[in-house]
Amino acid sequence: MDLKDKLVSSFLAFENNIDVDHPVHDIRSEAIKNFELKGFPNRKEEAWKYTSLNSIQKVDFSIFPKETNALEYKDVKRYFLHEIDTYKIVFIDGVYSSFLSETTHDGVDICLMSAALSKPMYKQIIDVYFNEVASKDESLTTLNTAFSKEGAYIYIPKNKMPKKPIEILHFATGNEAALLLQPRNLIIAEENAELQIIERHQSLTSNEVLTNCVTEIFAAKNAIIDYYKVQNDVKNASLIDNTYISQKSNSVVKVHTFSFGGKLTRNNLNYYQNGEYIDSTMKGVTILGEKQHVDHHTLVHHRQPNCESHQDYKGIYGEKSMGVFNGKIIVDKIAQKTNAFQQNNNILISDKATINTKPQLEIFADDVKCSHGCTIGQLDEEAMFYLQTRGIPKKEAAALLMYAFANNVLASVRIPELKMRINRLIANKLGVQLGFDL
Amino acid sequence: MLKVNNLHAGVEGNEILNGINLEVKAGEVHAIMGPNGSGKSTLASVIAGKEEFEITEGNIELNGVDLVDTSPEERAHKGIFLSFQYPVEIPGVSVTNFMKTAINESRKARGLEDMPANQMLKLIREKSELLEIDRKFLSRSLNEGFSGGEKKRNEIFQMAMLEPKLAILDETDSGLDIDALRIVANGVNKLKSKDNAIIVITHYQRLLEYIIPDFVHVIHEGKIVKSGTKELALELEDKGYDWLKNESVV
Repeated sequence: MDLKDKLVSSFLAFENNIDVDHPVHDIRSEAIKNFELKGFPNRKEEAWKYTSLNSIQKVDFSIFPKETNALEYKDVKRYFLHEIDTYKIVFIDGVYSSFLSETTHDGVDICLMSAALSKPMYKQIIDVYFNEVASKDESLTTLNTAFSKEGAYIYIPKNKMPKKPIEILHFATGNEAALLLQPRNLIIAEENAELQIIERHQSLTSNEVLTNCVTEIFAAKNAIIDYYKVQNDVKNASLIDNTYISQKSNSVVKVHTFSFGGKLTRNNLNYYQNGEYIDSTMKGVTILGEKQHVDHHTLVHHRQPNCESHQDYKGIYGEKSMGVFNGKIIVDKIAQKTNAFQQNNNILISDKATINTKPQLEIFADDVKCSHGCTIGQLDEEAMFYLQTRGIPKKEAAALLMYAFANNVLASVRIPELKMRINRLIANKLGVQLGFDL
Repeated sequence: MLKVNNLHAGVEGNEILNGINLEVKAGEVHAIMGPNGSGKSTLASVIAGKEEFEITEGNIELNGVDLVDTSPEERAHKGIFLSFQYPVEIPGVSVTNFMKTAINESRKARGLEDMPANQMLKLIREKSELLEIDRKFLSRSLNEGFSGGEKKRNEIFQMAMLEPKLAILDETDSGLDIDALRIVANGVNKLKSKDNAIIVITHYQRLLEYIIPDFVHVIHEGKIVKSGTKELALELEDKGYDWLKNESVV
């Protein structure tokens, strides 16, 4: 049986274990119908031209893990931002781990989607927000919606700010030969609320893992959200990350995506501006080697006047790795005085590495400022020579230049300990010890 | 210390240096002058080991060791320093961290442990005081947003930190106003000793009023066409380069 058929037929079994009378279940039933109709995307579709899911579909993924493994904190400590205190929402093989988590209901809700979907006190919010901004026809999103059951649920009321950053971590332990995970996150920041989130998907074995994640984010007026995605998974782990963001007036939502690992990673990052004076910022550093593949698809839909969007993605590709950047900007006719900036710069450090980069601008307003630029190059020889004349060997010199190249993306990371961590991940990825933390 | 013997070098078959002979002894300051395109900067780059240039004939020796097949970083480890006309910007890497990397890589090449942090800080303090460099400057990203004068002063600071045997200053005076020029020249003079040597490459005589050379060489079409003492620089200032060009034709 192929993966699509297996998923569709599993839906009946899934229904046996959930509350089918909850209104969300109508949304799930709708979604599985859509997925059944569409199936997995293929390379004939423009949005999937450079990323093939064929090999993934041949894997016999387990959809409901049989049993869960326990993890000791000491074994996974290094994946947490343990230098500082954080709230933690942790899942092991898709199942919530209360032992590793630190949630709260003290003025803010930092807890679980399963709780939000089952407890009456959350029903009103779920009715308003669940599946509100996520696509109803993109097939992988609808697949996630159909099986949505668990994930992070974060609700920050008006004028509130959690005391510390929130980490969302998903571990896969390899208790199945191949595991499919479909976390579903819902994040709501009410008027004037502020929060910081770090999300990470980490496999702990060499068994195959595929994560198809959907995150919906709602930023009300004046809300500020910083979202950091750390993608440094092992080589048999693949991630399809679908993020949908709805912003109201004067809100600021920044998403940083650091892609250093994994087998296949596809980031679908979608912003919808539903107010004025909005700032939507997305930044990324991608450093790949081996046969890794990362595909960034961004969308900013400017639907109201006087808003801004900023995109800055840097990529460094070695060995036989492959990168894709596709940045789509839509400016509606009403969205006058839009400022939309998009930048994608790439360095190829191997003859066999590939990058496909494409800006896609659809502008219907006439008084807008839109700029886009993409570059593909090699390391500057004169700069290499400069560093070498200071006694720095080629490999270290190249690493310093690559770090400098990615630096302005790191400059906007607002959690210093996270910035240090990313710096160290970059140094590791580049295989250098520079005698100081980058 | 440095011996350049009948050096021929070029890029992709175009010869730029046509048989340079030069000997620099410890404790000496040599100035190399010449019109634009004469090969001054190429000579500096070739001595420092830039791979883009191919040496077709002759050789370069440092203290009796042939350098021709060594990489730029190996030459740096052996004590050659090149100050750039256009230093490269490295965003996100502070001057201090950059120097730590450079010094420790050189130590590693000599089989030494990393310099202990307190010793490094002491050295940085000493050298920055010597060159009148504000400590705040050291935490800025290397050369990023530096003025022309700051970049050149930072080059001399790096020279002070690395303590080379042979320092080559390539057009260090270009783009500097008189005050910046004086600060840079003072720095160089403080670093001068009987054990090291300096080659100053310049188009104008101006810098040589502050860094007094023992010898002046004029390069034209990839050859040294005239050598003399510091008076030669003054003569060039008066007459320009044309009389030398004519002389070389004869």
